[in-house]
Amino acid sequence: MKKLIIKAASLLETNAVQVVIGFGKGSVDRTRAIFITKAADCEQLIFDSRCIQNLAVYLTKAEIKKMGKPAIVAPLPVLRSILQLAAEKQITEDSIIVLGVSPESELVELESLAAIETYLSTKQIVIEEKYQTTIETIKAMPVSERFAYWVKELEPCFKCYACRAACPLCYCTRCTVENNQPQWISVASHSLGNLEWHVMRAMHLAGRCTDCEACYNACPMAIPIHLLTKGMLQDVSANFGTYGPSLHRDNTLSSFNPDDKESFIR
Amino acid sequence: MSEFEPKIVAFVCNWCTYAGADLTGTSRIKYAQNVKIIRFPCTGRIDFMLLLKSFGEGADGIIVSGCHPNDCHYTSGNFHARRRWIMFRGLLDMLGIDVRRIQYSWVSAAEGAKWADIVNTTVTAIRELGPYTGYAKVAGYLEKEANV
Repeated sequence: MKKLIIKAASLLETNAVQVVIGFGKGSVDRTRAIFITKAADCEQLIFDSRCIQNLAVYLTKAEIKKMGKPAIVAPLPVLRSILQLAAEKQITEDSIIVLGVSPESELVELESLAAIETYLSTKQIVIEEKYQTTIETIKAMPVSERFAYWVKELEPCFKCYACRAACPLCYCTRCTVENNQPQWISVASHSLGNLEWHVMRAMHLAGRCTDCEACYNACPMAIPIHLLTKGMLQDVSANFGTYGPSLHRDNTLSSFNPDDKESFIR
Repeated sequence: MSEFEPKIVAFVCNWCTYAGADLTGTSRIKYAQNVKIIRFPCTGRIDFMLLLKSFGEGADGIIVSGCHPNDCHYTSGNFHARRRWIMFRGLLDMLGIDVRRIQYSWVSAAEGAKWADIVNTTVTAIRELGPYTGYAKVAGYLEKEANV
């Protein structure tokens, strides 16, 4: 990733950006997000298969915005999140510089948000077959068994909200779970509150989630919560056709079509 | 043991279904008493969390009803609601929450008879399904009741 380092260093040297958000060495053999402000430090940048955190999560954080204009190392999942954030008016055209990274780990020049959309149009979100099979298996269970399955899966959840913190699209500064007048969702590690929290999280991401799996990767208990958002992703494409972030389309749940079809309303 | 009486919560919009339910009454049409009607400004205001909360508090069934498409007092509230219901229903189904216990309908201010029919058929259906013990157990609702 020599090219990435050179490019990042030149952006900092010319003061085109004030901070570069990328991956660096973490503890043991892990990588972590690093925030580089000096061109000389760009040598620390790493990019390999261990770099799975979605860095786009930092773009909406006040602490990062304060540092100045950022350049961000952006493999596919990050690019998708950036496009979705832009569609939701959280990022403007000139507020960031994107250091795109292709699936082959090559640096990609993406000058504008429109260029990101064009680039992503050839790389649609595809739900891996193993997940499709798992979702089908779950859906094939009898209702009570399915319910028992999820109650058991969600049982280890102690509501650390790491899934929320890791998600670039969970950028609200005030969240329903912090609302205690009334207490919408019980904070105790209790099945009901766990169920409600995960229903709410999935619903608030319905039609917005870009399937980066950051929530699952962040979960200390490895709860398969990404199955819920993947399931909803399938529902969106089954019911409303096109899916994926776009600057030209409203979010699924903030728009409608008078001819939307369903079979369950009397 | 007495016969099971389902507890049904109805979330209805102010402009169509609530007026329709009112018409049912003024037309002297008798219908099942199991339903507790909660009035909202619009179906678009009916947060999905309210439905979950009903189950969490021990409801056996839910009715969600509002203006027919193209009849919304606020032009598009029911269109937005419909999309949300489609997504919500899919999610609940995947989670194994019994979607047969939620009846969605369009009832206009002129359809007093339809409202009676919706309530009656829902009550019959829920009576057959029995109490929603699966969710109540998770909610700890049964324990709460036992402690009283």
